[in-house]
Amino acid sequence: MAQKKFNVLPGFGLTMGFTLFYLSAIVLIPFAALVIRTLELSWADFWRLATTDRALAAYRLTFGASLIAAAANAVFGTLLAWVLVRYEFPGRRFIDAMVDFPFALPTAVAGLTLANLFAANGWLGKYLVPLGIKGAFPPLGVVIALTFVGLPFVVRTLQPVLQNLEREVEEAAATLGAGRLRTFTTIIAPSLLPAVLTGLALAFARAIGEYGSIVFISGNLPFKTEIAPYLIVIRLDEYDTTGAIALAMVLLACSFLLLGAINLLEQWASRFQSSS
Amino acid sequence: MTGIAAKQRRVAHRASQRGTEESPLAKWALITIALAFCFVFLLLPLANVFAQALTQGWGYYCKSLVEPDSLAAIRLTLTVAAISVPLNVLFGLAAAWAIAKFQFRGKTILITLIDLPFSVSPVVAGLMLVVLFGLQGFFGKWLDAHDIKIIFAVPGIVLATVFITFPFVARELIPVMQATGTEQEQAALTLGANGWQTFWHVTLPSVKWGLIYGIILCNARAMGEFGAVSVVSRHIAGHTETMPLRVQALYEGTTASSAAAAFALASLLATLALFTLGIKTFLEWKQERAERSIVGRVDG
Repeated sequence: MAQKKFNVLPGFGLTMGFTLFYLSAIVLIPFAALVIRTLELSWADFWRLATTDRALAAYRLTFGASLIAAAANAVFGTLLAWVLVRYEFPGRRFIDAMVDFPFALPTAVAGLTLANLFAANGWLGKYLVPLGIKGAFPPLGVVIALTFVGLPFVVRTLQPVLQNLEREVEEAAATLGAGRLRTFTTIIAPSLLPAVLTGLALAFARAIGEYGSIVFISGNLPFKTEIAPYLIVIRLDEYDTTGAIALAMVLLACSFLLLGAINLLEQWASRFQSSS
Repeated sequence: MTGIAAKQRRVAHRASQRGTEESPLAKWALITIALAFCFVFLLLPLANVFAQALTQGWGYYCKSLVEPDSLAAIRLTLTVAAISVPLNVLFGLAAAWAIAKFQFRGKTILITLIDLPFSVSPVVAGLMLVVLFGLQGFFGKWLDAHDIKIIFAVPGIVLATVFITFPFVARELIPVMQATGTEQEQAALTLGANGWQTFWHVTLPSVKWGLIYGIILCNARAMGEFGAVSVVSRHIAGHTETMPLRVQALYEGTTASSAAAAFALASLLATLALFTLGIKTFLEWKQERAERSIVGRVDG
């Protein structure tokens, strides 16, 4: 606060005013509208709408597939980050740049091309479908699409941590006679864990709200292949706004819980960084 | 001389790493798995977009893109981006100026609120607008009485896009503006520049690259948004269909040529994504080089 007294820069009132006005108009008022409509519901009504059998089946698919996808990203993302930071190989810079591709690609295009790739006559489906691996249909197709959209999170969270890892510690371990595997499991893995978990939580949070890529893959059969965001869209198409709101509040609550968890994980991770 | 010194350093470096590197076998196994994963999850989907777009030949590819409904979708997507990106740039600059250059209570809460759209599912974002402006919504009656259409019309699509892309520019600008501090602006003001001149000639050039990065990210997201737009659009071909929505409509058409048309439109969006990645990589390379030259000067 002391700094403000000496700050001669102009424009605080103007920029702050505009920031608050725009934030309210675009984000806070729509948000408040949703919350107010939810509060108008009685708790019993809300519970009934949010926990219909069809909704429960949708949550199961959404959360189950998101968790598997996030776990797959934790494994392959860690591997990819490790390889990109530690090794030199032809095409390293290209792969490094391509990691952000799922961020940049519109989700509809991702869904379209993945559905085609794993369909019976697609490049991969041609070989996989005869083996009984149906990657263009739920639940596997949903997991594949969610893995794609969540791919950058673990890699990008882990890369800076790996770069800042002190090699001296590993050298000390080697000097003391530890094998490479032992060094990895006892020295490296524990200091990477918070970042891996943060990346996993970020990928999971992204996956539970994902819609665009799934509509191309999901068969959208009630109870079987419906994800929660898709059920919200169906409720809206039926002009059942209240039903849609109840489902949306469940998704929002989960997002905020995850956001809190991610903040805690990041604090934990930064403590790890400073203590090492 | 320098050659020998560098060689000695390399040898010493290699020796120091003995015992801290995996065996070549493990190393190449890991690289192979990583590359295979990237091949299946990144390169194949990308290549597939273009391959499928051209299954009916170049003639059909070009024809499907200039077909009236697709052309209208391209036009709508460009219009929506042309409105929502400048709005969010204006907001990003204002928010970054207020947050980075001044101290005030509640700054952390403000930053959290700016990030809010990131943690909202696009479908839920669309739903919020329906609750606000839909026929049964808060302003529904009033809008209907005055014959203003927001939901199921272009204004709703713009609002949904603005919501989804809201944090991008601000997020990129805040750390960059914080890093440059306030000394240069204060110097400019002392020398008699007014506020606008200071902003235009001192602040803006110093955050140029961060701003460009924010704009291309915001633009990529604005042009590709699906979920939120899908909720507030009635999917009327030629009127309220953006490019991603048109891709879905074409994909749901049953003919093989319709699928090729979907991929043709998708290939434009994929090209946009590649362009975005290209700019991003270029900016990072530029920044890395700038940092290295500073380090080099300090070393020298």
